[in-house]
Amino acid sequence: MSTNAGAILETRRLDAAYGPTRVLQALDLAVPAGGIVTLLGANGAGKTTTLRAICNMMVHCAGEIHFAGRRIDGMATEDVVRLGIGHVPDGRGTFVNLTVEENLRLGAYTRRDRGVAQDFERVYSYFPRLKERFRQQAGTLSGGEQQMLAISRALMLRPKLLLLDEPSFGLAPLVVQEIFRILRAINQQEGMSMLLVEQNASIALELADQAYLLETGRIIMAGPSRVISSDESVRRAYLGY
Amino acid sequence: MATVETSRVAAVRHYGLTLRAWRILGVAAVLVLACVLPFVLSSYHLFQATQVLVYAIALLGLNMLTGYNGQISLGHGAFYAIGAYTAAILLDKTGVPYWATVPIAGFVCLVVGFLFGLPALRLEGLYLALATLALATAAPQILKFKDFEQWTGGVQGIVIIKPDAPAGLPLDGDQWLYFFCLIWTTLLFLIAWNLLRGRTGRALVAIRDHPLSAASMGIDTALYKSTTFGVSAMYTGIAGALGALVAQFVAPDSFQGLLSIQFLIGSVVGGVASIGGALPGAIFVQYVPNIAESISRFAPQAIPPPQVIYGVVLIACMYLVPMGAAGIVRSAAARLARMMGERPPH
Amino acid sequence: MQALMHQVLSGLANGGIYASIALALVMIYQATHLVNFAQGEMAMFSTYVCWLLLQAGLSYWVAFVLTLGFAFVSGVAIERVIIRPVEQAPVLTVVAVFIGLLLIINGLAGWFFSYTIKAFPSPFPSDAWYGGPYMSPHEVGMIFVTVVVLALVFAFFRFTPLGLAMRAAAQNPVSSRLVGVRVGWMLALGWGLAGLIGSVAGMMAAPIVYLDPYMMTGILLYGFAAALLGGIDNPWGAVLGGPIVGVLENVAGAYVVGTELKLTVALLIIVGVLVVRPSGLFGRVLVTRV
Repeated sequence: MSTNAGAILETRRLDAAYGPTRVLQALDLAVPAGGIVTLLGANGAGKTTTLRAICNMMVHCAGEIHFAGRRIDGMATEDVVRLGIGHVPDGRGTFVNLTVEENLRLGAYTRRDRGVAQDFERVYSYFPRLKERFRQQAGTLSGGEQQMLAISRALMLRPKLLLLDEPSFGLAPLVVQEIFRILRAINQQEGMSMLLVEQNASIALELADQAYLLETGRIIMAGPSRVISSDESVRRAYLGY
Repeated sequence: MATVETSRVAAVRHYGLTLRAWRILGVAAVLVLACVLPFVLSSYHLFQATQVLVYAIALLGLNMLTGYNGQISLGHGAFYAIGAYTAAILLDKTGVPYWATVPIAGFVCLVVGFLFGLPALRLEGLYLALATLALATAAPQILKFKDFEQWTGGVQGIVIIKPDAPAGLPLDGDQWLYFFCLIWTTLLFLIAWNLLRGRTGRALVAIRDHPLSAASMGIDTALYKSTTFGVSAMYTGIAGALGALVAQFVAPDSFQGLLSIQFLIGSVVGGVASIGGALPGAIFVQYVPNIAESISRFAPQAIPPPQVIYGVVLIACMYLVPMGAAGIVRSAAARLARMMGERPPH
Repeated sequence: MQALMHQVLSGLANGGIYASIALALVMIYQATHLVNFAQGEMAMFSTYVCWLLLQAGLSYWVAFVLTLGFAFVSGVAIERVIIRPVEQAPVLTVVAVFIGLLLIINGLAGWFFSYTIKAFPSPFPSDAWYGGPYMSPHEVGMIFVTVVVLALVFAFFRFTPLGLAMRAAAQNPVSSRLVGVRVGWMLALGWGLAGLIGSVAGMMAAPIVYLDPYMMTGILLYGFAAALLGGIDNPWGAVLGGPIVGVLENVAGAYVVGTELKLTVALLIIVGVLVVRPSGLFGRVLVTRV
């Protein structure tokens, strides 16, 4: 198989299992540099597992994962992260007993350069609400604010690739729209690649350039999001019309 | 409606006997050996063998609580002490005959254990271990307490006179005491075996492994747990009473915190969730300190103090042989059975 | 009245030692949800190391600092080698390993240094100016040293990136990995720090209780009581629990149960807290979701 030049992330024949239960089967997907790709599917299809497999978290994998020209399968999560992958996990994963500022500071934990202070400003410019609350305990923020905090924490890493696991989960539609608008802005202004896992297919297809459809661990459809969203079967099964 | 035909499969026989029959044969052999010992061992070795029987009862109590029911106790030495002191005080201050002190001590410990088991219900795993360790460490202090001295004999303790064999039996005092303990050991093992292989045993294990599921299935978890604590304490208390008779005295320093830890180690070495494991565990508790001491008298700095040996054994056991001696026997027996197995006749 | 003052102030001084042990216990509990039964023995062994250095002719504070280093390194080593394999093991295995560790360290101390009781010097001379009618100079010094150590530890956790990473790793290891924190090493560092704090407690206690392999057994129990009283997951609780237990021990010992039963006071506090209010005075009440 030839390498997909211009892909910042590529998986080849990725298998994943929790113990004896096989969840992903021979997954091939690619995220082009600077692009936004969305991974759609019903509950239990294996979307979260895919993101976990990329970061080698909690799941046993086989197959190849290529990131920015190097193989990262088998690498410890901490090391994958240090290569430049920011993962916003499902459930936000905020440090609820630490302040907003401490959460953000942790996002920059691995950075040795001097741009960290700037990045605080950058993050506050995307999410002004966080600046208002920066001394507050993270657990007291609303769901939407926690999602913003989780994304910001990942941004503090200055990642090359952002992995987002169901950012719309449990949030009011207006808040979801605001967050996705900001994600688009981040992608356009900084050229940050994103791999977005979502159950909310319509808003994901609006944001993403390309889409993959996952069903019980296999990719059953892939292509530009325009094409996917106009497909009859997809519309009926995932978009509700 | 179609009927399912069930064929009677004859039990697998190995060399003519079922596994169950082999097991009974094994136990009988051990019993016969046990009865022969008093007539071939010297007085000192017989004393040690009697002590092994006593420890076996104590460890059986601990196994019930920690192995089967999952409540970790680092304080069983305290119940051993309560049983011992009950027997000693009764013998010293009242006219109760020696053979009656044992069940009385057992009853006292049953009550104390049950009462301790009530607050213990609120403690899980590490916290229970912590609370029982505190109990074991504080026990000698309580026993030495000045205000109780008129009963406990304070630091000096109480001396007990060895009972004589009943008239008419051709046994000396030591031999009779051995058989007395053997009777108790056999009886208590039988009771435990009966309890643990039936519903009670399954309930205890269910509470240990899946307490929430057990409760939702209708098992009164609280009652079982407290009762198990009581019964476990009773066993160890009976052992303590017997131990007092064997040692012929009780004193606070015999019941230091280390005793509770030795019980735990013996339990782990023998197999913490087993009945038979109590015996090899008791052999360990009795003989290893003696061996360690003789070596260190021989070459004082050559080997480290017994604590190091205990610690290493404990950790090594947990890593290498978590099921203890009983586990080794069980898997060896299973392997043997597979090798010798004959197919059932069709 | 004077006697009571003396008991209270002496209790506060002892409380510093208990607070240190309690803090060490809480640190390890926060990170691993495990109670380190061997904390006392680790502290005792480090104190023996200090004694050895003093015998070799080093001045007190040099030996003190070197001992801190030893305690830190040995704490890290113990976590990596002995505790790491059983962190996720069933409770009985964990308890057994901790008790085994306790026994081994105790035995090794007796083997290397013998069981004879030794005197241990105090760096605070007995005629110093800060001594008074109610407190000996050593007791004053104990409080001072404890406060300094605790303040440094708190500053470390509050203001340094490494301290922040350790707090994060203790609270949420999964998310910590996602920001690049090496959670395994954070645990090891936590053990090292706990060992270091424990050694301070040992070196402060030794002049009073004398140096022998069993010196920390009672102190460990009081440390447990203090940690539980304050809330086993709350470092501030440990710091406050220490003096409370210290004063209770002395006052109860002098006026209620007599000095021989002091350990029973610890037992009662432990059982009492666990039964009445398991989260302690300042800890969080944990609600288990079915």
